[in-house]
Amino acid sequence: MIVFNNVTKYYKSNVGLEKVSVKINKGDFVFLVGPSGAGKSTFIKLILKEIDADSGSIKVRGNEITTLSKRQIPKLRRNIGIVFQDFRLLPKKTVYENVAFAMEIIHQPKKLIDKHVPQVLSMVGISEKADKYPDELSAGEQQRVAIARAIVNKPRILIADEPTGNLDPDTAWEIMQLLDQINMRGTTIVMVTHAKDIVDKMGKRVIAIEKGRIVRDEFGAYGFEEMIAEAAEAADGDGTLVSNRRTFRSRFKRGGRA
Amino acid sequence: MKRFFYTLKQAFLQVFRNRTMALASIFAIMAMLLILSIAFILVININTAAHSIKNDYDSIEIFLDDKTTKEEAEVIIDDIRTKDGVEDVYYKTKAEALEEFRGRWGENAYLLDTLTENPLPNSVVILIADLEKAEAIAEVAATYDGIEDVKFYKDTVDKLLKATNFIQVAAIIIMAFLIIVSVVVVSNTIKLTVVNRANEINIMKYVGATNWFIRGPFLCEGIIIGIIASAISVGISALIYSKLVEAIGDQVFSLLSIPMVPVDFLVFNFAWIFLALGVSIGACGSIISMRKFLD
Repeated sequence: MIVFNNVTKYYKSNVGLEKVSVKINKGDFVFLVGPSGAGKSTFIKLILKEIDADSGSIKVRGNEITTLSKRQIPKLRRNIGIVFQDFRLLPKKTVYENVAFAMEIIHQPKKLIDKHVPQVLSMVGISEKADKYPDELSAGEQQRVAIARAIVNKPRILIADEPTGNLDPDTAWEIMQLLDQINMRGTTIVMVTHAKDIVDKMGKRVIAIEKGRIVRDEFGAYGFEEMIAEAAEAADGDGTLVSNRRTFRSRFKRGGRA
Repeated sequence: MKRFFYTLKQAFLQVFRNRTMALASIFAIMAMLLILSIAFILVININTAAHSIKNDYDSIEIFLDDKTTKEEAEVIIDDIRTKDGVEDVYYKTKAEALEEFRGRWGENAYLLDTLTENPLPNSVVILIADLEKAEAIAEVAATYDGIEDVKFYKDTVDKLLKATNFIQVAAIIIMAFLIIVSVVVVSNTIKLTVVNRANEINIMKYVGATNWFIRGPFLCEGIIIGIIASAISVGISALIYSKLVEAIGDQVFSLLSIPMVPVDFLVFNFAWIFLALGVSIGACGSIISMRKFLD
């Protein structure tokens, strides 16, 4: 479904991804984990062709996308559903219209839109809010709408960038069940997350990225502590996540005393 | 066709749901067009006034000696007819001149009845097509035999020519300036609305919308705003101007003997200019301000 072959991406002198090769199969549910700035977002942006790789090959559904022209990007994105941490719903459109919009851009006939949108809305459990605007909904409901929009065109791939990042644990778990359900229907899901408990609980394939490299690719747990320890060893004080966390903590403590 | 209606519907929805910003844009375009139309109306009135005054002075009259016969006058007429810039030449008898005088004096014409003999001379009237050549024609006219005098309002015509030229140039500069200002103001207003919706545009791109799919409704939105703004400004200026004509039109006419340009004439002939202006300001504004977000 998604194949990275020796993909490298630098931001000026900063590493985004370095010689990453990975294969995500049809029907996989993959968690993409790792510290902030490790390259998770780069990975996703490359799949969406929001940025271009410096070298290597990326295939999505068998098509090489590194050579796509700008004009072909919309077509690529129509085959991939996307869900974001901040939902990114169109604020001036109702729930129904937000979902319908995804079908309108591929010029689906109105009949089909009127048939599919209610189906998808009921599948994500938000039918009764169809005429509300996004700012009238709770965070969990907004994310459901975003998921409905992402899957209404039945994409083979669903990318979720920290979809539970803004949600409380219970709501987050509901969203995960929804995603699992979508995965069961055959949609490949790539989900970026920092939520250790969710990854542990789901027990899916976990790809850990760190400093632009894939450091672990296995089924099972998040492995956060372990990774932090590794990172601390590897970084050895050259200013990565661990040291940042320490300074943050000490600042916080000082603030508490004052 | 379906897509066109879809785009149109989306545009109307956008206008409606972004009422505040749409109103701001409409108001900005409208204000500019209103100022522009005031300048425009002023200029047209001055121009027509200048034109009608010019028409009063577009003739040269050659007063003939009493001894000059009609036949001799015919020779002069035929000769003048061949000159460049002459529209028409005709012979005016003493009697006709007196009649004209009576007409001009109106109620006081009875004073002329006391005249026992017509003191006015016969004359040859030259109607001039091209005022720039009037002076040359007058000079030629003065060289004929049997002539008493040549009447030609040279100074007046000169001044008038200068004044109308100046007014025209000034008007063009002022209007160009106003148009530039309005485009700047409007594109800034629209830029504000687009910056407001940069987020929206980005989301549309993520979902896989093509640039034209995104641009379409925004473009239509700009055009709708432009149409509304120009229609309102045409309406308002027509209303103000018609009230103005009603109020002072008669006075202006009796004072300067020049009629003000009628409202219907202005509306029918120039409303479409303002409509086109409004539409293009709206369309350009939305295209320009979206360029940043859609490359």
